[in-house]
Amino acid sequence: MTLLEEKINRGGPISPHLQVYNMFALTSFLSILHRIFGAALFVGTLLFVYWIGSAASGPKAYDAAMNFLGSWFGYLLIFGWSFALFYHMCNGVRHMTWDTSRMIDLKSIYQSGYVMVGCAFGLTLIAWVVGLSV
Amino acid sequence: MAIMRSALGRARGLGSAKDGFHHWWVERLTAIALVPLTLWFATGVISVAGADYETFSAWMGKPWNAGLMIAFICAAFLHGKMGMEVIVEDYVEPRCVQVAVRIFLNLAAFALGIFSVVSVLIVALGG
Repeated sequence: MTLLEEKINRGGPISPHLQVYNMFALTSFLSILHRIFGAALFVGTLLFVYWIGSAASGPKAYDAAMNFLGSWFGYLLIFGWSFALFYHMCNGVRHMTWDTSRMIDLKSIYQSGYVMVGCAFGLTLIAWVVGLSV
Repeated sequence: MAIMRSALGRARGLGSAKDGFHHWWVERLTAIALVPLTLWFATGVISVAGADYETFSAWMGKPWNAGLMIAFICAAFLHGKMGMEVIVEDYVEPRCVQVAVRIFLNLAAFALGIFSVVSVLIVALGG
């Protein structure tokens, strides 16, 4: 018997498996993205470790890392990581607001969802406009 | 499900909550810390984006920058590995594989975190 069957049999709570929800309602979609981006951020820390580790290895390794990070592929990875970071941060604030039992009705959940997505895009845009102009 | 049973009766035998609350709480604590730390991290990284080695090591040599960077690393790796554990608990079966993945996640997060902190110190203290 699998763990899932075991849980179902004894009437315990089961985890939010993707296929039981309409994945493309705004509410569930943003929630699923929160997890996917969270996992992507964790894997993406390898990029950060590479950057900081190269700097600790001396000027030569640092320059090589800067060359890679400054390539189009490096930019693509950093861009993806930065958007995931701002999204996860903004949605995290939304989640912690719910933890205080505020804004937890359906209308507020939709409104805060739109605001959160706007903030995530806005912060990413500002970061890259400022970053590329410095 | 069996509605005739009391809430306590249904909860009995399902296993204890173990460290469930503590896990949830530390995940929230690190999340709270990471909101300002992430904003600082973004502005800090932008300020040294594409900088040469001297500029970068001088920036990291400032106590506030090194300190906040280490705080960011600790909070981020702890929060990240806790979040990954929740995902693994939800989706990875059977239990023996789940435990193996959790062990790997913990060791990997601590290894990468320690490596990053040591790297920051090396750069900050002038390697």
